Amino acid sequence: MKRVYAREEICGGCKLCEVHCAVAHSQYPNDIIKAFLKQKTKPIARILVEEGRPISFALQCRHCEDAPCTKACITGAMQKDPVTGIVANDETRCVGCWTCILVCPFGAIKRDESGHKVASKCDLCATVGGTPVCVQNCPNDALVFTDELWRR
Amino acid sequence: MHYVIVGNSAAAIGAVEGIRSVDPNGRITLFSDEPYHTYSRPLISYYLFGKVTEDKMYYRPLDFYERQGVEARLGTKVSSLMLGEKMVVLESGESVSYDRLILATGGKPILPPMPGRELEGVSSFLKWEDVRGLEKTLFPGARTVVIGAGLIGLKAAEALVKRGAQVTVVELANRVLSAILDESAAAMVQESLEEHGVRFFLENTVSEILGTEGKVSGVRLQDGTVRECDRVVIAIGVSPNADLARNTELTLNRGVLVDEFMQTSVAGIYAAGDVAEGYDILYRQKRVLPILPNAYKQGFTAGVNVAGGSQSYRGGFAMNSIGFFDLPMITAGIVKPEGDEFTVMLAADKARRLYKKIVLREGKIVGFIALNQIDRAGILTGLMDKEVDVTPFQDDLLREDFGYVYFPKEYRQQQLLKGVLEGERS
Ligand SMILES: Cc1cc2nc3c(=O)[nH]c(=O)nc-3n(C[C@H](O)[C@H](O)[C@H](O)COP(=O)(O)OP(=O)(O)OC[C@H]3O[C@@H](n4cnc5c(N)ncnc54)[C@H](O)[C@@H]3O)c2cc1C
Ligand code: SF4
Ligand code: SF4
Repeated sequence: MKRVYAREEICGGCKLCEVHCAVAHSQYPNDIIKAFLKQKTKPIARILVEEGRPISFALQCRHCEDAPCTKACITGAMQKDPVTGIVANDETRCVGCWTCILVCPFGAIKRDESGHKVASKCDLCATVGGTPVCVQNCPNDALVFTDELWRR
Repeated sequence: MHYVIVGNSAAAIGAVEGIRSVDPNGRITLFSDEPYHTYSRPLISYYLFGKVTEDKMYYRPLDFYERQGVEARLGTKVSSLMLGEKMVVLESGESVSYDRLILATGGKPILPPMPGRELEGVSSFLKWEDVRGLEKTLFPGARTVVIGAGLIGLKAAEALVKRGAQVTVVELANRVLSAILDESAAAMVQESLEEHGVRFFLENTVSEILGTEGKVSGVRLQDGTVRECDRVVIAIGVSPNADLARNTELTLNRGVLVDEFMQTSVAGIYAAGDVAEGYDILYRQKRVLPILPNAYKQGFTAGVNVAGGSQSYRGGFAMNSIGFFDLPMITAGIVKPEGDEFTVMLAADKARRLYKKIVLREGKIVGFIALNQIDRAGILTGLMDKEVDVTPFQDDLLREDFGYVYFPKEYRQQQLLKGVLEGERS
């Protein structure tokens, strides 16, 4: 399946991907100003830029083949789509027990406590379709959406 | 091929999904002595205080059995096994034959032989039925004694407080959550629960439940104290529900012993979940690991193998994510090490109730406690599971921003670029 890969040699650590991810998953997905000013709680990015001199890179759910989060989920809310491979959380059933955080080896799940507690994670912008917004908006092309082999 | 599964919870559902990943057509019959569609056991405390409604209790969608081609015989108890004849015998006397059998009968409450257990108002806290009874009769201000300050006891206590009950917890150990926390972390959790009105009696236990006219009226503690109460919840612990395996050829220790394929000592018979005793990679011995992730994974593994696939589950370890009111915690593995082969790293902030402890052995993480600071804790769990030597970045482990950036480049890229690096396609 296509996943988002970060090129740590190129990432400048500007965190625009975080901003665009937060907006795309907010109540105002098309309006960056409203998303940050109008929504009662600060929109949460489902991608995280890790920084450490001299490198930085963005990290989000890897949509693992064996997806430990889906096996550990106590309610059955976290599931991997057998066709697309996308791991997504049914937020109506999630109870915010954070068992998925306990087992996610990438630390890719965030706690969203703005409403009823839910586990918040990358959905590859499945609802938008096409290329995820983090990839679209990276000014340095440090994020690649692909399922092809790389030559280093 | 006819597969028979006894059980209808995480391990059994894992088994169904495991079988179907290999064999889309084989006949599956599943038995459960509970009458319900598969539900999430951990949600019973959420149900009790109304956070989760009936329609959200289910572990899989309501068309699950139909879609998976499972004949689910709910409310049907299996009363014995006839391994020689390859048959299970139902309570009604009917017998059903199988080609392959999976035991996923879970756990049962440990009920100490204390007088008064049969009184009205005494319950355990394991099944949906247990809270359905409680939920109907609970009134605001009900004085409730919870016996046991383990995970289940404290989850019960929290739910009862949220329902307006006055809750007292009695525990034999010197601290709450003794299986997953050390003294310092336990003290912080206890303090937080006390602020929400829970009273604790530690290093004490209930020696007798008192009653009048068949109903609970109080408890007498070991030290002689008598406390009046209207309800008692027994949550001392869970033991493997291995009744069916007793007096058969199946080898039992605490649970039904299984190998890395989840096969029991008898070929063609598998066991998984709270009833099974598989390998613990940290304690390096067979242990019952009564947690949901382990039940599902063991069940799935059993399912794959029973259907002719080959998957080994080399073992698991204890791990929990749990929270009370607004205090979350994640713990795993060996949290109170004894012996000089262990190294302990510690960071604590009592005022903010932050506590992080990491236990190392031979350069590898074998346990941790993360209290009120749980974000990205799974990275540690992953390092434990993969038995990664953390020596190169050991000093960074306690940092608040600990992440992949602190890993050696090669290991980081191996993990993050899995699938696209040449020769590493997954
Ligand atoms: C209140 C509570 C909170 C919990 N919270 C957590 C948590 O947060 N995280 C976590 O990891 N774990 C938690 N657990 C533990 C978790 O629920 C168990 O580890 C898990 O349910 C084990 O699954 P299982 O399939 O092995 O067995 P069980 O869930 O015990 O199910 C056993 C099944 O077998 C059936 N059965 C048994 N005997 C027979 C028979 N003779 N005939 C027919 N059917 C039979 C039962 O009806 C049932 O369907 C919690 C448990 C409780 C009680
Ligand atoms: S949330 Fe974590 S465990 Fe689950 S698929 Fe994504 S990276 Fe894997
Ligand atoms: S937080 Fe939600 S998605 Fe994660 S394990 Fe709990 S119920 Fe499942």
